[in-house]
Amino acid sequence: MTTEQDFYSAPGETSQGRVFTVTGQDWDSITQSIGESAEERVVVNMGPQHPSTHGVLRLILELEGETVTEARCGIGYLHTGIEKNMEYRSWVQGTTFCTRMDYLSPFYNEATYVLGVERLLDIEDDIPEKAQVMRVLLMELNRISSHLVAVATGGMEIGALTVMTIGFRERELVLDLFELITGLRMNHAFFRPGGVAQDLPPGALDEIRDFIALMKKRLPEYAALCNANPIFKGRLEGVGHLDLAGCLALGITGPVLRSTGYAWDLRKTQPYCGYEDYDFEVQTWDTADSYGRFRIRLNEMWESLKIVEQCADRLAGLEGAPVMVADKKIAWPSQLAIGSDGMGNSLDHIRHIMGESMEALIHHFKLVTEGFRVPAGQAYVPIESPRGELGAHVVSDGGTRPFRAHFRDPSFTNLQATSVMSEGGMVADVIVAIASIDPVMGGVDR
Amino acid sequence: MTDKPDEKHDEKHDEKVAGKAEGETDDKTDANESARPAEERNLEAAKAETGTGSGVEQPAPEKSPENVPAPTGEVRSVGARHGMFGVSGTGDTSGYGGLVAAKVFPAPSQKPYGGWFDEVAGALEARLEATELTAAIESVVVHRGEITFHVRREDLPFVAQMLRDDEALRFEFCSGVSGVHYPEDTGRELHAVYHLTSMTHNRRIRVEVTAPDSDPHVPSLVSIYPTLDWHERETYDMFGLVFDGHPALTRVLMPDDWPGHPQRKDYPLGGIPVEYKGGSIPPPDQRRSYN
Repeated sequence: MTTEQDFYSAPGETSQGRVFTVTGQDWDSITQSIGESAEERVVVNMGPQHPSTHGVLRLILELEGETVTEARCGIGYLHTGIEKNMEYRSWVQGTTFCTRMDYLSPFYNEATYVLGVERLLDIEDDIPEKAQVMRVLLMELNRISSHLVAVATGGMEIGALTVMTIGFRERELVLDLFELITGLRMNHAFFRPGGVAQDLPPGALDEIRDFIALMKKRLPEYAALCNANPIFKGRLEGVGHLDLAGCLALGITGPVLRSTGYAWDLRKTQPYCGYEDYDFEVQTWDTADSYGRFRIRLNEMWESLKIVEQCADRLAGLEGAPVMVADKKIAWPSQLAIGSDGMGNSLDHIRHIMGESMEALIHHFKLVTEGFRVPAGQAYVPIESPRGELGAHVVSDGGTRPFRAHFRDPSFTNLQATSVMSEGGMVADVIVAIASIDPVMGGVDR
Repeated sequence: MTDKPDEKHDEKHDEKVAGKAEGETDDKTDANESARPAEERNLEAAKAETGTGSGVEQPAPEKSPENVPAPTGEVRSVGARHGMFGVSGTGDTSGYGGLVAAKVFPAPSQKPYGGWFDEVAGALEARLEATELTAAIESVVVHRGEITFHVRREDLPFVAQMLRDDEALRFEFCSGVSGVHYPEDTGRELHAVYHLTSMTHNRRIRVEVTAPDSDPHVPSLVSIYPTLDWHERETYDMFGLVFDGHPALTRVLMPDDWPGHPQRKDYPLGGIPVEYKGGSIPPPDQRRSYN
């Protein structure tokens, strides 16, 4: 359908040139009417509902023929006000909200928030070893599942559907592990200030070991399928170039920064959760393009698998160890257990607070309804999420709720590189460039 | 358990008193210049032993301050917390509704800040003295192993430029800006908080500027840290803080025609009551809550 009137402009707003509103199945009439005019310059609005813009990302592209002369992002379509909502909940409830931000790496959102709260509480050194190991285990499994989606959707967007199907197949295995350990596939709210919500369930370590063995067979399949694939290389190599100076100026971190050859990984440079005790390598590449970022993600999955293996070994020796800080004024009082009707408060705990100890009941009630107070101040503990530096700026005024929690999400920052990565290139390469940033709109818009 | 609120209140009070007392002793030892360093060292050693002041941001040896900054005895109190159970007026029979507790934020620290904190502060001061801008840094707060420089807003671009370019500082990476609204911090209601990283030296600092609600302007740093483009737009969007000199300061997350700035404290959360089996539960910001 062709029209002179732009339905999407504000009343009274003048749009220059002719406006085409494409509704599908009308390409013939579009090409015909474009053919009549000699003008090559077209402004294309892509999204926010385009399958290859990674969720609700809107791209405004100015094209000269097939060359992109200007690229701009429109974001905010998935803004949920999580940060504001967190100011109206207790410190513990905060994890339930922030886990929903970057939905492909929920454990990282929880981790950076929880680490910030723990710093303000001054209990960083009191977190039990087992809780830290479980956090690392879950985060690294999460890195694998997140990178799998990055590789899978990136492949799908350039037409490599097999990469997509096998990527999601393996991700499902990771989500099964999450479900086994936390009870949920996504939105876990499993990390709590002071530790983690509950201990590993019986049999979890065996499942993890089976998964590691399986992934060791399957990860090479990705390499065999993609690494030297001429079409894959043809689409990715040299696309979305951004050098080190550009990365630093634009605040880009994660695989995009490491694809310039700079080994900046917060797990190594500013370790948290005991990452200094694990043996792994920071992966870099020297091409500063989409292909390099793909290879980095593939290699990082190997490294994560190595860390997961070390975590499993350490956890085997930590059976029965506490997973929550010993301070009973902070630790969540109830223990969860599987009953005949599913997961719930353990019967032992219910018996204790309802039948044995009035003090325990009051204690439970106060901690659950009121929560604990966090000393006034502010903290920022960034961590290395699959997409780069993820940090929560946590401010407390001494109350039982966050005074302010701001998340510095790597997707939000990295998406600013869209223009520099895609201007001057072909329109088809815009998609590849954005896929190499791997933005998750839940994190961008929060 | 019921006496907990009282305890809390007393603790707050004690803290304040203790802070003052320490400040006084500081003054006394100041008078006796020769006795001071040894005594201070003892105190620091004791604190380091108990681990109370091991303000280590990251375990890298470069970064661990071996000294504990001496508190100035000055207390930065922002507003007060009234009551206990969110009940006021006739509903309150407990008496806890009459509690008043000051909201006390970490006080400015005095030198030495400890470890590399002093190097950064020293290098920054040296540069500022050379340009007669010594008043640019209002105060320095060291808390929980993180250092915060409170900078006068008109000097922010200059300070940021120094921080980025100076050999000894080299904070080449900015993580973004985060707005915070303190409605009770009269005259400095809006805060803009920047987190800077020196990848060269593997250090991390925080720079904070304030602006009053009546004049919500802060200079933009986009020309120094281009990454702040969207971050400043977001802070403007959420707090109404205007970053002067930003190339295109428009909303980024909320729709262009949105009224108000949602993350300010005077902006309501919104929501509707939820009804279930005859009962009605008010939206989260109108529920009775602890405070």
